[in-house]
Amino acid sequence: MNTSMSWIKRYVPDLDVTPKEYCDAMTLSGTKVETCTYLDKDLDKIVVGRVLTCEPHPDADHLHVCKVDVGSGEPLQIVCGAPNVAAGQLVPVVLDGGHVAGTHAGGGAVEGGVAIKKGKLRGVESDGMICSIEELGSSHEFYPEADPNGIYVFPEGTPVGADAIGELGLHDAVIEYEITSNRVDCYSVIGIAREAAATFHKDFRPPVVKETGNSEDVHDYISVRVEDPKLCPRYTARVVKNVKLGPSPKWMQRCLASNGIRPINNVVDITNFIMEEYGQPMHSYDYDTIRGHEIIVKRAKNGEKFTTLDGQVRDLDDQVLMIADKERYVGLAGIMGGEDSMITDNVHTVLFEAATFDGTNIRLTSKRIGLQTDASQKFDKGLDPNTAREAIDRACQLMEEFGAGEVVGGCVDVYPEVRKPSEVVFEPDKINAMLGTDISPEQMIRYFEKEELVYDKERNVVIAPTFRQDIHRTCDLAEEVARFYGYANIGTTLPHGAATAGGITFDMRVLETARDIAEDCGFSQGYCYSFESPKAFDKLLFPEDAPERRAIAIRNPLGPDFSIMRTTPLNGMLTSLATNYNRRNKAVRLYETGNVYLAKSLPLTELPDERMKITLGMYGDGDFFDLKGVVELFFEKIGMTKKPEYRADLGRCYFHPGRQAEILYDGQSVGELGEVHPKVMKNYGIGERTYIAILDLKNILPFATYDRKYVGIAKYPAVTRDISMLVPKTVTAAEIEHILSQRGGKILESYRLFDIYEGTGIADGYKSMAYSLVFRHKDKTLEDQEIQSAMKKILNGLQGLGIELRK
Amino acid sequence: MSEIEKKVKEIEAGAADAIRSADTVDRLNEIKVSFLGKKGLLTSVLKGMKNVPAEERPKVGKWVNDARQSIESALAERRARFEEEMLTRRLESEKIDVTLPAKKQRMGHRHPNTIALEEVERIFIGMGYEVVEGPEIEYDEYNFTKLNIPPNHPAKDEQDTFYITDDILLRTQTSPVQARIMEQGKLPIRMIAPGRVFRSDEVDATHSPSFHQIEGLVIDKGITFADLKGTLDVFAKKMFGEETKTKFRPHHFPFTEPSAEMDVSCFKCGGKGCRFCKGEGWIEILGCGMVHPHVLEMCGLDPEEYGGFAFGVGLERIALLKYEIDDMRLLYDNDIRFLEQF
Repeated sequence: MNTSMSWIKRYVPDLDVTPKEYCDAMTLSGTKVETCTYLDKDLDKIVVGRVLTCEPHPDADHLHVCKVDVGSGEPLQIVCGAPNVAAGQLVPVVLDGGHVAGTHAGGGAVEGGVAIKKGKLRGVESDGMICSIEELGSSHEFYPEADPNGIYVFPEGTPVGADAIGELGLHDAVIEYEITSNRVDCYSVIGIAREAAATFHKDFRPPVVKETGNSEDVHDYISVRVEDPKLCPRYTARVVKNVKLGPSPKWMQRCLASNGIRPINNVVDITNFIMEEYGQPMHSYDYDTIRGHEIIVKRAKNGEKFTTLDGQVRDLDDQVLMIADKERYVGLAGIMGGEDSMITDNVHTVLFEAATFDGTNIRLTSKRIGLQTDASQKFDKGLDPNTAREAIDRACQLMEEFGAGEVVGGCVDVYPEVRKPSEVVFEPDKINAMLGTDISPEQMIRYFEKEELVYDKERNVVIAPTFRQDIHRTCDLAEEVARFYGYANIGTTLPHGAATAGGITFDMRVLETARDIAEDCGFSQGYCYSFESPKAFDKLLFPEDAPERRAIAIRNPLGPDFSIMRTTPLNGMLTSLATNYNRRNKAVRLYETGNVYLAKSLPLTELPDERMKITLGMYGDGDFFDLKGVVELFFEKIGMTKKPEYRADLGRCYFHPGRQAEILYDGQSVGELGEVHPKVMKNYGIGERTYIAILDLKNILPFATYDRKYVGIAKYPAVTRDISMLVPKTVTAAEIEHILSQRGGKILESYRLFDIYEGTGIADGYKSMAYSLVFRHKDKTLEDQEIQSAMKKILNGLQGLGIELRK
Repeated sequence: MSEIEKKVKEIEAGAADAIRSADTVDRLNEIKVSFLGKKGLLTSVLKGMKNVPAEERPKVGKWVNDARQSIESALAERRARFEEEMLTRRLESEKIDVTLPAKKQRMGHRHPNTIALEEVERIFIGMGYEVVEGPEIEYDEYNFTKLNIPPNHPAKDEQDTFYITDDILLRTQTSPVQARIMEQGKLPIRMIAPGRVFRSDEVDATHSPSFHQIEGLVIDKGITFADLKGTLDVFAKKMFGEETKTKFRPHHFPFTEPSAEMDVSCFKCGGKGCRFCKGEGWIEILGCGMVHPHVLEMCGLDPEEYGGFAFGVGLERIALLKYEIDDMRLLYDNDIRFLEQF
């Protein structure tokens, strides 16, 4: 929504603030100003001058040498290139040292303006410049009287020497507001002017609408039938005959232009003016094209078509509200009129319509049809039906004032259910309690009155006029009080009352540990999108029937690349690693903590399972076992001190078949770990071995604990025994370690693989492995015999696996 | 002076000479053995004790002991000097060029979003707030209806919602967590709910279809708009610096009334106006307001008894401002050269 300052001042004549003061105060009282554009920006030293003489330039065909009277001193000699310049004209003249906003038509405004200095043009002295409307920062569109190819010419009677910018009405600022959806009344100049009057404590003088019309009765001209009063709560119609089309007055043109609306003719300008002034769109029909002189407001039928006045054929359905005459449709209600009922230059009698349509229906219709107009954008906010009558009467009054036609008496007004003002019990104590203020009831009532909220003392209620659709309860009144008392004047306190123990949940703490460990181990945190392309499943080699493909689809995605909710964090991680690889970043380690979304059934009938995944990914530095070490360090830090197991035959399509493992803790699957399959790597364009681990938070949580109990530091010496073995290749470390821990007994404190080797010197089908075992008794020094006996058990067990001791 | 005393003195003097002229630690050890060892000169004097009259023996013992102590201390002194010299030589030889490049210690880096979030969390946890979470895929009812945005409300269109079914959507705000927590009915409530939200905005320098908000909610008896202002003022000062000023402007949100937007004085220019704050001196940070009584009612609370305030902060907005990141896309690129700066 835009208004010029000058338009506001038409209703708040005492407003005496600068545009800057206006904008700041309006924003703080709730009408947020987005931008403020000064129309006289970069315009300086420009006066009205009279062209006394105009002679051809001696050395240039298209230039003229003019003597111009600018009201003081000797007439100036100015060289002018405009084809329309002529002696006797009153013109805008920029004096030596002045500024204009832009260049000739097409050139547009220049940042900072253009300085004009005395100089020679083709050898002839020129002391200033005669300006076109474009050079003054506007355009012919908004000054229809201006010659599109030349200088601007003022009407006779404009005083010579006067401030030309003032004469053009450009000492003004156009203000753009952000209007919130609750304040439908502020989508009008009057609504904003009311706010301005209240904000600056000035009198508000809305237009005085008088009764207009001749002794005829409009009901003899037109009848109106509304078939769907829900979608059209009110329909008013008036008729103006003997219409004389012509330009509207300058002041109206200026108002429209400041809102970016091009002046056309008096009838169109009046309806556009009313739309801005009251926020009430109007439509004007050529009365003589309305067949049967009857208006019917009804829904269209599925499959029908209608040609709007822009010549487009629109597809209709039974939710679209139409304006029809006896035989055909003449308008798409609230959105656009029809091609063959529109006003033309030959119009004799005009039928004005000011109606109220259901905002939601207009919004949905305009969306479905794909046609948004200035009118539909007003209607879709849901207008107050009580404005329609005043608006149409005001339009007729302006027609009369402008001598644009003869207004027929009366108004057809179909308004079966009159909207009543809402009432709120006035409870000043509650308002103060809510705001934390101590404002007197009298002061509150003064604020209300400024906003035309009426206090009924007898019933102790505040009555809100129907244009204030946002006032229903005490909290709404509190807002009015707060706005005009000033948010800045309300104190700043902290809530008192029972103290609460703040903090994070256990899940969050575990995640925090995961982040700490990942970062300690060189992994940086990435953020990935929750939605992705279904093509990701192909890149990850998922078979057609893979459960991962049962992803939740977004009905209205931004595009196929963002169309499904991810069921695995792999694509996000691999995409991020690929981004780094493509940008030649070396040795990259990333982690992510984020949800995947698993549908319980498709299509969704209940919320899906959102599972938090901790994902680690790396290339270029480290291998499977490095990543395994990070996982185990994390487990250790969250109190998962048992030894995790790794099941190799996991069968994940996206991992290297021989380098992947499911991570089990206490028999429960808690995640997976692997080297990414070469084919997947190719799909993502990563040229180095890449390792990924995915941990499932929900499955980890039951094992996580931050409880710690101190165990005494060993007092007695440990004894170390190393064993070096020739192990059949098929035997895993897990099998050996199982024997060690089973057979080592209580005195086996720890064991550690310190060498593994296969190749030269080792028989085919075998590998060499060496473990270091540490024995210790917590209460005494171990005797050699105890160790011998434990070692014997261990060696027997190992032999059972086909392992030979190496000497 | 007796013969023995004289001999002891000679031995002592000889030892002193030998120690003085010793030039290595090894030589000192030899000297020690030759004078104080089992077969050493001084020891041999003691061995000759049996020839000394009984009344003389204590005297001889004392002479020998004095001499031993004197030799030992001379040895220790000499040894200490040797060690000192050796250390000095070693330290001289070990001089390094301290301007050689550092050995880089490699650690990962936390995402700027998370750093900003943790800072917000710390501030509110300090004020007794619990951090809670809610689902990212949410019922329309929680995302809209229970927040006073009934079907066909224009605010629903404004938020450009991603729908999954008619009733299930990607939450457009973290506010539904408010409704979920209020419904649990455990009072009073002081919570913040950070999380991912979604709106169908095309990706560009200032928009992302997926971003994060931090919702705040306080429900108790006697909560005022002044409490809201005070709380958020504390937050702004802790987040952006003690000298930060706040400005509250009236605004509209369907689920709060009265509602406000909070600006903070530009932390780049201190409010004078700069390129960073587009010359305004103020930067818009968050939306807030008093919880609408209808929202309380829909969540099973009695607005006559309980009230409160709520606020919502855009996490990316804070991260972008605080770290002067000029393109939102960087936050989702995961380029290590970006992440390593935090």
